[in-house]
Amino acid sequence: MAHAHVRERQATSHSVWDGGESPFAVSWPKLMMWLFLISDALTFAALLSGYGAMRMTAGVWPPQGDFFNINFVVGPMTFILICSSATMAVAVGAARRGDARTTVRFLFLTVLGGLLFLGMQAFEWTSFIREGARLTGFVGHIPEGVQVPPMFPATFFVITGFHGGHVTSGVIYLLVTALRAARGAYSAEEVEVAGLYWHFVDLVWVFIFTLLYLI
Amino acid sequence: MAEHSEARHDGTPWYRTYIVVWVWLLVITVIEIAAVQVGLARLLLIGVLMSLSLLKAALIAGYFMHLRYERLNLVLLVLIPLILAVILFTGVVPDAITAPQLRR
Repeated sequence: MAHAHVRERQATSHSVWDGGESPFAVSWPKLMMWLFLISDALTFAALLSGYGAMRMTAGVWPPQGDFFNINFVVGPMTFILICSSATMAVAVGAARRGDARTTVRFLFLTVLGGLLFLGMQAFEWTSFIREGARLTGFVGHIPEGVQVPPMFPATFFVITGFHGGHVTSGVIYLLVTALRAARGAYSAEEVEVAGLYWHFVDLVWVFIFTLLYLI
Repeated sequence: MAEHSEARHDGTPWYRTYIVVWVWLLVITVIEIAAVQVGLARLLLIGVLMSLSLLKAALIAGYFMHLRYERLNLVLLVLIPLILAVILFTGVVPDAITAPQLRR
């Protein structure tokens, strides 16, 4: 069936960029987004590996629960991001079915989820900085018997900041896509490609959540 | 172009898979948070949490990003470079582990 699909593509497309073969059987924008996401995944992998190495090198690490509210801030942030990924999936599905109303509605829901996530992250950063966390170390009051190596706040700010930057770009990207969709000037493909980016941001958070907050 | 991925439509509501995956992602997240509070042994906890994270990542990539429905070529293109991440991590671990002991 896949071969028939490729033949059909070749018969109906006229762009020289399609080439003679379609080894991946996806459009160029989608393939390019995947290639970007692979490089981005490796950047995050490098940051998280660096975090792991620094944490082992430090030998001591404070319990994250002393500084972050897992149950009422970080947990809900994770829930919101998963929900926004689900609404994004529905927006893509609706766009493929030509249902513009649902596409626009769920794109805006996804944007809302992203904004909520960013708001909670801003709240978390603010309280962590007020407690004495700096990029270069911890200057605040430290609970009895707890050691806070400078890598603890440093890795936290760099990694969650890099991810937060991705969420911010994603919110802008999705907002543009949503506004274009609301005007009717969109293709199902561009919603899908935007969706790939957004799901990736959620996927990376799965590991950040586990490695920075839970382990 | 909008129709090209409709082949897998099977009569149930088209968004059903997304809802099932969404619920699973939330359930796994609850299990993760609970696992931390149960107080498992350190290495066991790390093993459990990393396995659950990989499961969540697979659900997101497979169903939300439709990787499960793409050609094997694309799946391999995405997965193979991740070996580099494993090499990177295993490369720095031996030094990182011995560092605290050297300082004592």
